[in-house]
Amino acid sequence: MHRIAHRAFAIAACAVLVTALAACGGDGAGPDRAAVPGVTDTEILVGTHMPLTGPASAGYSKIAPATKAYFDHVNANGGVYGRKINYKIMDDGYNPATTQQVVRELVLQDKVFAILNGLGTPPHSGVLDFLNTSRVPDLFVASGSRAWNAPDRYPYTFGFNTDYTVEGKILATYVRNNLAGQKVCFFGQDDDFGQDSLAGVEQVLGATAVAVKQTYVTSNTNVAPQIGELKAGGCQVVVLATVPGFTALSIGTAARIGFAPTWLVSGVGGDYTTLAAQLGDAKGLLEGMLGVNYLPSAAATDDPWTTLFRKINDERNGGAAFDGNVVYGMSVGYLFVQALLAAGEDLTRQGLIDAIERGGFKGPGLAPLRFAKDNHSGYGGMRMIKVEQGKQDYFGPTYETDSGGGPVNEYPEAPPAPPANGIPSV
Amino acid sequence: MTILRPLTTPTTRRTATLPRSTLLRHLLLAVVAGVGLFVVTGALEPFRNYQLATVAAYLCATAGLTVLTGLNGQLSLGHGALMATGAYTVALTQNALADAGRPGGGYLLLSLALGVVVTVAAGAVIGAAAARLRGPYLAGVTLAVAVVVPALTTTFRGVLNSEQGLPVHLAPAPEALGPYFPYERWQAWIAVAGALLTLVLLANLTRSRFGRNLRAVRDDEVAARLAGIHVGRTQVLAFVVSAGCAGLGGGLLAVLAQSVSPGAFSLTLSLYLLMAIVIGGLGSLAGALWGALLLVALPAATHMITDLVDPPPAVAQRLDGNLSLAIFGVTLVVVMIAAPGGVQGLLRRAGRSVGARWRVPTGR
Repeated sequence: MHRIAHRAFAIAACAVLVTALAACGGDGAGPDRAAVPGVTDTEILVGTHMPLTGPASAGYSKIAPATKAYFDHVNANGGVYGRKINYKIMDDGYNPATTQQVVRELVLQDKVFAILNGLGTPPHSGVLDFLNTSRVPDLFVASGSRAWNAPDRYPYTFGFNTDYTVEGKILATYVRNNLAGQKVCFFGQDDDFGQDSLAGVEQVLGATAVAVKQTYVTSNTNVAPQIGELKAGGCQVVVLATVPGFTALSIGTAARIGFAPTWLVSGVGGDYTTLAAQLGDAKGLLEGMLGVNYLPSAAATDDPWTTLFRKINDERNGGAAFDGNVVYGMSVGYLFVQALLAAGEDLTRQGLIDAIERGGFKGPGLAPLRFAKDNHSGYGGMRMIKVEQGKQDYFGPTYETDSGGGPVNEYPEAPPAPPANGIPSV
Repeated sequence: MTILRPLTTPTTRRTATLPRSTLLRHLLLAVVAGVGLFVVTGALEPFRNYQLATVAAYLCATAGLTVLTGLNGQLSLGHGALMATGAYTVALTQNALADAGRPGGGYLLLSLALGVVVTVAAGAVIGAAAARLRGPYLAGVTLAVAVVVPALTTTFRGVLNSEQGLPVHLAPAPEALGPYFPYERWQAWIAVAGALLTLVLLANLTRSRFGRNLRAVRDDEVAARLAGIHVGRTQVLAFVVSAGCAGLGGGLLAVLAQSVSPGAFSLTLSLYLLMAIVIGGLGSLAGALWGALLLVALPAATHMITDLVDPPPAVAQRLDGNLSLAIFGVTLVVVMIAAPGGVQGLLRRAGRSVGARWRVPTGR
């Protein structure tokens, strides 16, 4: 038996050695700043998860590079309180299982200060609990699910998009006022995105007003059966709660079977440039497509925010084609810098959360940001957009409403002009 | 079906240095490994512990699969679906327990056990069909099982919540461990315990009469039948055992990720599992360990490579999702050419040549 003893001793010795080495390795960081993960005197490390590949990547893959470009612009002008923002982008392919992996890598291994603008309702739902139990700020989620607005359960999570119920209510208000008497149908993603949007539509039009309801999943790119149902149901108006790839698929499939209703598309899936690129020669199908948005129009020539973002895009984003996704990414970056400034020079995770809960941020958005101690949802309103002669632009007033049964009201306040250098001040 | 010639398991030399009783020997090794890993988890950073736990969860599945494919000669492309069965069972049970006001940590054992039981039942059904099929037909049936998972979650969206999947309610680590105990270390303990249990059971099983039956059926069904072995029963049993292991592995993955979704158990996972055991060394439990390590290490290595090279955004976009698949494929090709016995076969050969040089008297 002495051989076993020998082996056991050898293994134990190795184990002790490993422990000792690991313990030594862990003492590298200075004692002062070690208290706040991802923050040093010269840098703030922030991470995100994005679909850079896969069926949902169309358009969305441009958001994070745009945000990074905006941060580069801020960094080149001295950063925030002397700290440069380092934005680490991880691809999750819109697959919740991969999101689990990459977010853990960001938080546990890279020790990011915060997760910013993680994209997608299904992917981000899976990491909500992990981020909040780890007390990592989970800021400005790139999705309009109402799940982000739960300050008691998820105190570290804040939304960015106008939520899908508000969006549904505003789209349905347009239908009620302008397309009365037509048969209204709904085609949505089979998760909180589709369900929240449908809830908003039914809130305004009534629970029985939507004649045909169909859903899709991103892993199945054949939407012909659902579009066929919509056509068979005699739909004249179709509300789409779809990501851009599936908006294009739906409109293209409908054209193939000779189905041409009035399309009303969710803000997250209705960017003209993205859809036109997807449809190619068939982009004429987008003519007359209605939608909603709450950020400066990428096509506008007189909007100072668009001019600013376009300039930064040319200088720091490798001249990526300028569209709604670039505007979105830069608007997120602008709001994050505002939040960092409001949190003060002595940056902590709790300090940042407190600063966002104090609210009062004004930026490129047309609608008000709703942040408060008891409200973690993002923008609270939208304005209708329409494609005319290959150009997508706003029309009519901006509306605001709540996610419940409240009325849909006009919101008269216009966004302020951007600061001259494009960087917010305290 | 011409599967690679699996490694034969040598049982002779080890008996000289370790106890003669197979059970005692395996238990002793498991205890030593358990103590070693216990010490290691204390030293590792949370993310490394999480990776270790993931390796352990995958190991349950690869070990089960290597017994089925390597020792019994049945090819399964559907083990990802069996893992999904275990994972969804654990998720549904944990959430039901939490709703019933019993969120305590001890119930996790019940959920995991239930996950294994349900997967065993599913495995028995698939195994019964599989035992009647050979070669490509068997692969086809198991492939269909793997493909059907996302469709099932969409069809039964009321229970399984479509592609968004389900959250898995989990109790925090026991209070006795202190308020700041890293959760990932607790997860690693659970997963490692599950993996060691699986390995001990499988190691004993493969060295028993049943294990010899498995190999006899693999090598020649007619000869096995003449020797009095019930071929069909042996094949179904092998599938059931393998399914149970996959169910535990899937359940552990659900516990690690704190959520389940069909994307985690795609066809790619089933293929990865198969590639992993072939690269590791078909038919050997140690090979299953190498395979599980690779499953976790390769995607991480891909990220590191893209970080180091820092390619332009457009190229990085293309690489990110696909590079790990390419690396896995290339590794498979290289290993098959250079070392058909897999990593474990290579190590065994190296060990033998070293052993021949410094021949230690082993008492034989």
